[in-house]
Amino acid sequence: MNEIPGDLKFMKSHEWARVEDNGSVTVGISDHAQGLLGDLVYVELPSVGDEVQAGNACAVVESVKAASDVYSPVSGKVTAVNSALADKPETINEDAYGEGWIFVVKPTNLAEEQEELLDPDAYAELIESEEH
Amino acid sequence: MPFIPHSESDVREMLKTIGVSRIEDLFDEIPASLKIEQLKQVPAGLSEMDVTRLMKERAAQDGTPLNFCGAGAYEHHIPAAVWAIVSRGEFYSAYTPYQAEASQGTLQLIYEYQTMMTRLTGMDVSNASLYDGATSLAEAVLMAERCAKKGPRRVLVPKSVHPAYRKTLHTIVTLQGIEIVEFDFCHEGETGGGVSPAWLAKQDFGAFTALVIPQTNFFGVLEDVDALTDWAHEKGALTIGIVNPLALSVLKPPGRWGSGKSKSHGADIVCGDGQPFGVPLSSGGPYFGILACKQEFVRQMPGRIVGRTTDLDGKQGFALTLQAREQHIRRAKATSNICTNQGLLVTAATIAMAMLGPNGVERAAKASMHNTRKLRDLLCAIPGVKQVFARPFFHEVAVELPRPAHDVVERLAKEKIVAGFALGEEYSELENALLVCATETKTDADLRRFATALAGALK
Repeated sequence: MNEIPGDLKFMKSHEWARVEDNGSVTVGISDHAQGLLGDLVYVELPSVGDEVQAGNACAVVESVKAASDVYSPVSGKVTAVNSALADKPETINEDAYGEGWIFVVKPTNLAEEQEELLDPDAYAELIESEEH
Repeated sequence: MPFIPHSESDVREMLKTIGVSRIEDLFDEIPASLKIEQLKQVPAGLSEMDVTRLMKERAAQDGTPLNFCGAGAYEHHIPAAVWAIVSRGEFYSAYTPYQAEASQGTLQLIYEYQTMMTRLTGMDVSNASLYDGATSLAEAVLMAERCAKKGPRRVLVPKSVHPAYRKTLHTIVTLQGIEIVEFDFCHEGETGGGVSPAWLAKQDFGAFTALVIPQTNFFGVLEDVDALTDWAHEKGALTIGIVNPLALSVLKPPGRWGSGKSKSHGADIVCGDGQPFGVPLSSGGPYFGILACKQEFVRQMPGRIVGRTTDLDGKQGFALTLQAREQHIRRAKATSNICTNQGLLVTAATIAMAMLGPNGVERAAKASMHNTRKLRDLLCAIPGVKQVFARPFFHEVAVELPRPAHDVVERLAKEKIVAGFALGEEYSELENALLVCATETKTDADLRRFATALAGALK
């Protein structure tokens, strides 16, 4: 498995969040999640300008065997989406924590909602326990 | 593929393993007040002999009348080989088998079906079929709303759409918060029997997600599909075509609807009933639904699609694709929770289309058109009988009688003729109008027998 970057926070539902220098939050799904889904064939993106709530579904990743909702780790407004995934959804399989980002949120309640997220070690423990 | 249900000892063993004494205990969480212990209306079981006898008696009541009724289901010649092939053990299942890829023959047949449907409709993609024509319209409307994402959740439906389709649509979509706005067709003049584009251009319906366009419509009439498609697209809405697939062999396919002046070309979603190909009338079903769309909307399409691919050795194979949004995987978030595909009927339709070929399908369509015109001429030669609508028609036409059509239908039934559909049952203003259809199955003698009987009934 790929090393989990130390600056990420995770949801139990396998989304990652990275707080950028400008205060925005970039969201994707974990390398573990892409491995479970298998080859991705389609990503349904939110629209720029959408209001999202922490814990609500706002994107869908679809592989040949499953379509899964992607939940937003934080509340706020979507400021960017990774349109390149439309043609190359497999980018998530190849680079889940980098080029495979899905959308960016300008958060409205970051300080509080961040507390709910897991740090890399806690997330690693979670997937360890799910595997057993 | 054999289907072996659990034996009593299997059931006992499974219950023991999970520590439950009776199957009923598994439903304990449902409050007793919600359970129906017995269905009073359902009689006790009958033996096979009794059922056979009952069904034979019921079937004999139908008799073999001379049928001129269409109204959504059409009597066409079905070559004997069609159902002989369909009845083969390899095909004889209502469903796509589980472990679908183990049944390559079934998947190839569905793939061929999809290919035929995309060619007839001129659309990019067809699914493997839906339940029937009416539910295919409901699925098309739900699909349009998904395509529009946060759309206005309003869909425009002319009253020239089949009344049963409109009722089914209403039942399925209104509780999902989608408003169905019905509007009237034009009754008189050149555009009588269809939607008048000039009238439509003057209306303000507010924002809407899609316009439903029937071709042909319930009256057998050809709508001005180009103008209607352009109008909807100019309003930023999608278009949903309801088609009779047989008619598409002689009509412009929905994939090319529109004048070409509008930015967006062709219908966006196409639905309809596939019954005219190889499926007998059978007192109203089972039939099967068609659903096709533009490539850009394929992810919102319900049901399944079979794709052609190659295996590791480079050999051709067929696989289910785009099933990730079906309910066995997606549960409540599936694109549809009512869609089923009608494997056996699709098998019949595909074999029928393959046997007829493009030319045979076109010949059946043209023969039906000609027969209905001959019938129209014979009927309209009877004093007091005239064609109701001026717009061109395919193989079905409304004629006005000098008295309520319902009475005439009952009278001719006594002479073993199904005269048609009395439009007054669904359109109160058309009480005297009779919708008739003469497919390629009717001879000149049949047409004359009908005309003579009608003339007698009107005396």
